[in-house]
Amino acid sequence: MFSIIDIVATILMVGGLFFMITGAIGLLRLPDFYTRLHATGKCDTLGEVLLILGCMVYQGWSFVSVKLFFLMFFIFMANPVGTHAIMKAAYYTGLKPWKKGEPRM
Amino acid sequence: MFSMTDVFLVVGITIAFTVLLCLYRAVRGPGVFNQVAAVNVIGTKVIVLLVAIGYIFERPMFVDIALLYAALNFVGTLVIAKYLERGEICSA
Repeated sequence: MFSIIDIVATILMVGGLFFMITGAIGLLRLPDFYTRLHATGKCDTLGEVLLILGCMVYQGWSFVSVKLFFLMFFIFMANPVGTHAIMKAAYYTGLKPWKKGEPRM
Repeated sequence: MFSMTDVFLVVGITIAFTVLLCLYRAVRGPGVFNQVAAVNVIGTKVIVLLVAIGYIFERPMFVDIALLYAALNFVGTLVIAKYLERGEICSA
């Protein structure tokens, strides 16, 4: 049967799945490169942090939980940096942002 | 009755489905920047997929592989971004 810890972990992981599905739909549907990265850069980071937090709650106090915390911290630091690096490279090579009324790129 | 393994199985299948959605942008995306962004997103989704697979098989040592994959994905993204920005990886 489910205990309280299992229910809390399931709620956290369902929240993370919601944000990851939202990020994937944004990557498919939005009209421009910059808006696509705007969708994925935040939704993926928050979704993965919530999912790994759910795994930590399910695991309890152990050595694997410490490793999961390091993984979560690294994702929380590294994922926005990677998004920023790609976006800066695209801006300096002259990719124009999309304006309203133009066709979708 | 359901157990927690079924919850992790649902999580893993849903993440695999979102990876398939992102794979469209990685193949058909107009321009190389869309493809690089989609590959970065797929790489970060696969990290959580590895953790879920570790809990499905009840062998949580998959977290080590996930840590290594996170570091490799981050460094690869930075190197590709610098290469596309400057046209070279390392200036002498």
